[in-house]
Amino acid sequence: MSQIQEFEKVLSGSDTSVAAFEEHGKSFVKRAQHFLHSTPAAVPLIVLVLSIIIFGIAIGGRFFSSYTLTLILQQIAIVGILGAAQTLVILTAGIDLSIGVIMVISAVIMGNCAITYGMPTILAVLLGLAAGAACGLLNGLLVAYMKLPPFIVTLGTWNIVMATNFIYSANETIRDADVDAQAPLLHFFALSFRVGSAVLTAGVIAMVLLVMLLWYVLNHTAWGRHVYAVGDDPEAAKLSGIQTKSVLMAVYTLAGLIAAFAAWVSIGRNGSISPSAAVTDYNLQAITATVIGGISLFGGRGSILGTLFGAMIVGVVSMGLNMLGADPQWKVLLTGVLIIGAVAIDQWIRKVSV
Amino acid sequence: MTQQPVLTARGLTKRYGRVTALNNCDFDLYPGEILAVIGDNGAGKSTLIKAISGAVIPDEGTIELDGKQVLFRSPIEAREAGIETVYQNLALSPALSIADNMFLGREIRKPGPLGSWFRMLDRPAMEKRARDKLTELGLMTIQNISQAVETLSGGQRQGVAVARAAAFGSKVVIMDEPTAALGVKESRRVLELILDVKKRGLPIVLISHNMPHVFEVADRIHIHRLGRRLCVVDPKQVSMSDAVALMTGAKKPPEDALAA
Repeated sequence: MSQIQEFEKVLSGSDTSVAAFEEHGKSFVKRAQHFLHSTPAAVPLIVLVLSIIIFGIAIGGRFFSSYTLTLILQQIAIVGILGAAQTLVILTAGIDLSIGVIMVISAVIMGNCAITYGMPTILAVLLGLAAGAACGLLNGLLVAYMKLPPFIVTLGTWNIVMATNFIYSANETIRDADVDAQAPLLHFFALSFRVGSAVLTAGVIAMVLLVMLLWYVLNHTAWGRHVYAVGDDPEAAKLSGIQTKSVLMAVYTLAGLIAAFAAWVSIGRNGSISPSAAVTDYNLQAITATVIGGISLFGGRGSILGTLFGAMIVGVVSMGLNMLGADPQWKVLLTGVLIIGAVAIDQWIRKVSV
Repeated sequence: MTQQPVLTARGLTKRYGRVTALNNCDFDLYPGEILAVIGDNGAGKSTLIKAISGAVIPDEGTIELDGKQVLFRSPIEAREAGIETVYQNLALSPALSIADNMFLGREIRKPGPLGSWFRMLDRPAMEKRARDKLTELGLMTIQNISQAVETLSGGQRQGVAVARAAAFGSKVVIMDEPTAALGVKESRRVLELILDVKKRGLPIVLISHNMPHVFEVADRIHIHRLGRRLCVVDPKQVSMSDAVALMTGAKKPPEDALAA
């Protein structure tokens, strides 16, 4: 044993129990901050419940009907799935602007393969999924190995994929009736179940199952923890022995694959397959749902359940304003307020230890 | 010494643009010893440590572990070879829990199909082992093993990083300033832990500016100056002021400097 210095001798008598303190000293605000820090999905859940209550009071029983509430779920299924993909990317402190057009081109490939080329539908779906994953892989390669900023990479692939989509499809829409006649499997996610007046589609169920699956992967597997670690502090993650490049590659590829899955769901929802859907700002809607859901744009923080709540908040607000007969621009305005509010709350929660 | 060194480096050179961090540097670590590395700020200590722990790939020179030449392209490869490092910046992920951090990159999975098919982490086992290691280190002030690392104080974070290295090192443990941010009690525990690790037969490389700590635990002191090994001294034969004089260039090294 080393020669213990005089002032250190008293250490042998030091307390060996694990420290514990009584909690009553903390103010309510401090406790709320700590609670939100450990439960990142709580803020969007509270906002969601509040907005349902507010619109419920303003509109009355019509809004609370299970028909209306399940209709909201149907409307957000696509954005919810895209938001789940976006969440993975944003957790690594990245962003994926190409996610919406990846979905559209995957839908066009599924439709063309099944109807124009007459392939078996299941093969067409697989090719569409592969195309989405390939686009994601390209993003991943450029981000992880070329070390380009994700914003620039996906801004580029957004334009590239959108143009490819229009050139390849010649902007020809595949009609609903043709899909139904030749490839009904593409409409699989339009299947609906009635429970009383509630209407659930296979697309809604797929969204919820996907989010639950990703929640499990992110929180209870090593890979999921690595996604958080890479977004949190890439240098520390690397020194801790995480293959940061392969984590990034996997995240972007998986985001592309999920976007292609959203394509399948979107065919079910829209009926027809339209290449011109590429001009819709699906990517921004997905980012909006993610940010309102409390996923930090700086990476490493947030729960994917929050994204689901974030998508629902947007759905509830737009449905509520619709039923009140408000100008649709109010929905856009309120979404903007929610985004800024969500990021402000994120910054406040981060200061928990200071 | 007649023993074979565990870890040797010969002629390591590393340049960052026009800055030379390592200049033809040699390094020897013998079994079961504590080798302190001291030197001025900017002398290249950290780069030397990064080169032998795989975080930096030297431009020139060779490294041998147990007599076999190795080339670490990443810290993972060095870790797999049994070299565990506590970095100065600690390499912890602030938003993850203490247990998650300690097992980052080598998580424990649940036994049975839950682990092999669903890849489920065995949180209770990870938390228990993390708690045991921290208790061993005397870090009792950490209340909740599942709290995020960013909610810990600087010293507690250091303790977590040291506990992680001590738990997993199998050939060499490298510690870059392990006591820099610690209180009196935690510093003492870390020094005792270093001696414990030594008793288990593991050699330790200790980088420190704290001369009393260095002279207390080190068997040999590697004095680093201007990107290379100036000399190796025996702390029992050299005073602290001599060591400081050597590392700052106030004094020339003795002729038989490498014999110690």
